[in-house]
Amino acid sequence: MTAYARFSLLFLSLFFTAPLFAEDMETASAETVISDIAEEKTLQDYLAELTEAGFREKEELVLKVVETDEPETLPVMQALLEGDLYYVKDGNTLVYKTSGDPVTVFGGETMTGLGSRDIKKISVNNSLRTLLRAQISRVELFSKNPQTRKTAAINLLKSADELDPALLDEALSQEADAGIKEILLLVEGIRQLESDDSAVRLEGITALTGSLYPEVRGALSNFANRAEADGNGKELAAAEAALSKINAMLRFNSIFENLYFGLALGAVLLLAAIGLAITFGVMGVINMAHGEMIMLGAYTTYVVQQLMPANPGASLIVSIPAAFLVAGLVGVAIERGIIRHLYGRPLETLLATFGLSLILQQAVRSIFGPLNRSVVTPEWMAGTFEVNPALALTYNRLYIIIFSLLVLAMLALVLKRTLFGLQMRAVTMNRPMASSMGIRTGWVDALTFGLGSGIAGIAGVALSQLTNVGPNMGQSYIIDSFMVVVFGGVGNLWGTLVGAMSLGVVNKILEPWAGAVVAKILVLVFIILFIQKRPRGLFALKGRSVDMG
Amino acid sequence: MKKMTMGKAAKVLSMTALAAGISMANAADTIKVGVLHSLSGTMAISETTLKDTVLMMVEEQNEKGGLLGKKLEAVVVDPASNWPLFAEKARELLEKEKVDVIFGCWTSVSRKSVLPVIEELNGLMFYPVQYEGEESSYNVFYTGAAPNQQAIPAVDYLMNDIGAERWVLAGTDYVYPRTTNKILESYLKSKGVAAEDIMINYTPFGHSDWQTIVSDIKKFGSAGKKTAVVSTINGDANVPFYKELANQGIKAEDIPVVAFSVGEEELSGFDTTPLVGHLAAWNYFMSAESEENDAFIETWHEFTGDDKRVTNDPMEATYIGFEMWAKAVEKAGTTDVDAVEDAMIGIEVPNLTGGTAVMNKNHHLSKPVLIGEIQEDGQFEIVWATDAEVPGDAWTDFLPESANLISDWTAPINCGNYNTVTKTCGGAAE
Repeated sequence: MTAYARFSLLFLSLFFTAPLFAEDMETASAETVISDIAEEKTLQDYLAELTEAGFREKEELVLKVVETDEPETLPVMQALLEGDLYYVKDGNTLVYKTSGDPVTVFGGETMTGLGSRDIKKISVNNSLRTLLRAQISRVELFSKNPQTRKTAAINLLKSADELDPALLDEALSQEADAGIKEILLLVEGIRQLESDDSAVRLEGITALTGSLYPEVRGALSNFANRAEADGNGKELAAAEAALSKINAMLRFNSIFENLYFGLALGAVLLLAAIGLAITFGVMGVINMAHGEMIMLGAYTTYVVQQLMPANPGASLIVSIPAAFLVAGLVGVAIERGIIRHLYGRPLETLLATFGLSLILQQAVRSIFGPLNRSVVTPEWMAGTFEVNPALALTYNRLYIIIFSLLVLAMLALVLKRTLFGLQMRAVTMNRPMASSMGIRTGWVDALTFGLGSGIAGIAGVALSQLTNVGPNMGQSYIIDSFMVVVFGGVGNLWGTLVGAMSLGVVNKILEPWAGAVVAKILVLVFIILFIQKRPRGLFALKGRSVDMG
Repeated sequence: MKKMTMGKAAKVLSMTALAAGISMANAADTIKVGVLHSLSGTMAISETTLKDTVLMMVEEQNEKGGLLGKKLEAVVVDPASNWPLFAEKARELLEKEKVDVIFGCWTSVSRKSVLPVIEELNGLMFYPVQYEGEESSYNVFYTGAAPNQQAIPAVDYLMNDIGAERWVLAGTDYVYPRTTNKILESYLKSKGVAAEDIMINYTPFGHSDWQTIVSDIKKFGSAGKKTAVVSTINGDANVPFYKELANQGIKAEDIPVVAFSVGEEELSGFDTTPLVGHLAAWNYFMSAESEENDAFIETWHEFTGDDKRVTNDPMEATYIGFEMWAKAVEKAGTTDVDAVEDAMIGIEVPNLTGGTAVMNKNHHLSKPVLIGEIQEDGQFEIVWATDAEVPGDAWTDFLPESANLISDWTAPINCGNYNTVTKTCGGAAE
C-alpha cells in the first residue's frame, strides 16, 4: 500500500470533520455545489480554484484536494503548507518555487525567464496551516521514515478528537517503533476522554497519566473542567490525580530548565565580560567602549556573512578569527591613540572611552545605517535538543555555553603558558621591575588591550546569534560586564567565570517568581551589598599590584 | 597639548553645527517644516526612517511647486533619544527657527515632554505613531492609531477568528504598554475572560534574555485552552524575543503572537522563516495592493537609492499627516496655526491601502485596521481587515476614568477632554 492510497481512508475521517465545516459550506455559492454534483472535479480543477479563493474557501478546497488521492496530492499540500506553491499570473499554471526557477506541479518542467512579479504565492493563514498539517500528518503516519511518522503522531495529538478511529487503529497495529506507538496510544487516550462510556474515559485518563506532552495536559485539564461542571466526582478525582502527577513532573523539570537558562545567561555574561576582565581587570582601564568592541565583532560577523552568503555555518566559523582581528586592531589603535596618554587618570579615561563609544556607535550608524542587520543562524544552531516533551534545551544556547568555556580556556592558556602571557602578568604586577628586565611595557600594554578587545569581538560573534546586530547593541552589555568583573574579583579569570555563572543562575531562579524587572533589581542590590562586604569581589587578587592600586 | 587638540576638535564641531543652522535659517521666504526625530541613540533605529520620509515629502511637494507659492524648507534637529532634549529642541524649532509645523516624536514619553512647549508657544505638531490614547491636544494631530484602531480590533480577531480564550499580555515596562494592557485587560474581562486566563508580563527596555518568559508562555499555553500572546514589546527587545520563540519551537498555529510594535522594518533585522504566521495589527502594510502604495514605495526607493528599503505604518501616518497639512494650508491660505488647525478638521487624504483617511474633530484619524501574518520574506500577508474606516477614539471607553470623556476641537465644545456627564471641560487634565 502506498502512502497515497491512505487518502481513501481519509474519506472516512472527513465524515467526522464535516460538521465542523458545515457552517462554511453554507457560505459557498450555490453554483459551486451544483457544478460539483454535475461532474467529477479533478485535482487540477480544485487547485485552479485555489488561486482565486479567500481563506475560508481555501479550507473547503483543501479538504476536497485531500479526497482526490492523486500522486501530486501530498506534495502539493506540503508545498502549500511551506509556502512554496505559486502560480504563474499569466495562465494560472501551478508551480513549486523554492530557491531556483519555478517547476510546474503537473509535468515537473522547469520554467525559465519568469520574474518575481510574474508569479504569485498561494497564501495560507494559520487556520489553513493547522488544517493542512493535520491532514498531512494523517498520511505521513504511514510513512517509511520513523522520524516523519513520529512528527506526524505528535501533530495528531492536537487534533486527536477529530481523527478517524479506524485510521488510528490501523496505524497502531502496524507501528513497530515502541516510541511512536506510545504517542499513538496517547492520541487514543485523548480520544477516549471524549467517549460516552465512563469506563472508557477512565481508561483514557490512565493511558494519559505521566505524559509530559502539553497537549495531553491540555486535554486532561479540559476534561477535569468538564467533569467538574457535570458533577462527576469520580472522574474528576482521577483526572486531577493524573494532572497533579504531571504537574509534579513538570516542576521537577522546571528546576533543570531554570538551571539551564541560568547557565545560558551566565555564558552570555561570561562572554561579554571576559574581554573586560583583561582590559579592566588586568590593566585597570575603565573602558566604556567595551560594548562597542562587542558590536564591532557582531558587525564583522554580518560582513563576513555578506561575503559568503551561501554558507552561513562556515561564515560563522570564519567570523571568529575575523572579529578577533578587527576588534583587536581597533583596540590596539585605541590604546596607542588615547588610553596610553591617560594611564593613572581613571576619570579622564572613563570620559574619553565613553566619548569613544559614542563615536564608534555613530560611525557604525553612518556606515551601515541605523537599522538592525540580519545575521542568519545556521541550521545546526537552530532548534532544540529534546530531553523529554516538556524539557527542551535550545541548541544555540548550548553552543554558546560550550563556546564561552572554550574562549575562557584559550585565554587562560595564553596567560599561563605563553611568553606574552608571562610578560603581561609581569607588567601588571610590577611595571618598573618588568621594564628593567627588558620588557617593552608599552607594547605589552597595547597588545593586552588588543587581546581584551579582540575577545570582546569574539563575544560579538556569539551574541549576533542571540540578539540584535545594531549600533546600540554594545550598550546593553557594558553594565552587565562591569557587574560580573567587579563581583568576580578584579583581575581574576576564575572569578569572572564563577561570577558570571552565579549571577546568571541567581537571576534565572529569581525571574519566574519575581518577574524580569524585579529579578534584575534584586541581583543589583545583592551585588551592592556584597561589594560592601568584600570590596575586592569573590576572588581577590593577591600581590603587589593590589598595594599599588 | 592634548587638551588643546580636544578643545579644537570641539570648536570645529560646534562651528560646523552652527554653519548648518545658519544655512538652514538663510532663505526668508520659505515655509519651514520642523523635523523632530531622534537620529542617534536607541530610537534612531525607528525614527531616522521617519525623518527621511518627511524629507522625501518636502522634496516631492517642492517639485509640485511648494505651497502658497513658497518653497518648503525642512529644518532637521536631533533630540538624540533623550526625552528632555525633545522639549528643548521643540522650543528651538519654534522660537529660534520659527517653523510652521513640526513632524516628530515616536515614544509617548517624548511626546509628553514636547507637549507643554508646543502648547505654550502655540505650535503645530503631527505625531505619526500608534499610541495609548488618553490624550488630545489642540496643538497636536495624531495620525497613528489609537487603541481602538489597533489593539481592540486585533483582540477581536484573535477571539472571534482564531478562538483564543487565554491571553498573555507581554510588554516593555513603560507608559504605552502599561496603558494599552490596562485597556485590554478591562476589555477582555468585559468579554467574560476570567482573571486566571490573563497573564501580564513586563520586561525592561532592551531586554535580551527571553528564555524564562517564553518558556512560561509555553507552559501557560498548555492548559487546554487556545492561547494567544498580545505583544506590546518595543524596539530592540523584539529580535531576541522572536528568536527565542523560534528556538523554543512556538509555532503560530499553536500560540499566535500578535504584535503592535513590530512592522516591516523591525523584521528586516532577522530571518523570519521560523516566525511565519505570527501576527501584527497596523493600519498599513507594505504588501497592501493599491496604486497609491506602489507609487509611494517607488518614490521611497528612488529617494533612498535603495530598492531593498521597506515601508511601514508610521511612514504611512507621516505621509497622511503631511498631505493633510499641505491640503489644510492650501485651504486656509496661510500657515497660521489657528487657521490651519481649523482647516484640518474634515480634511480627506487617500490611504495607501485604499480608501480615505479623514481627520476628525478629536484630532485623530479615521483609518482602516489590518491584521497581517508574517511571511518568510519579512513582509506581511493581510489576513483580515475592517469593513470600513475606524474613527480614532482619543479617550478609551474601556477604562472607567475616561469612559465619559470625549475630545472635540470644534465650537461649541472646543475641548480635548470634555466630560459628557458633567458637561464640563477638563475631566481628567492631561
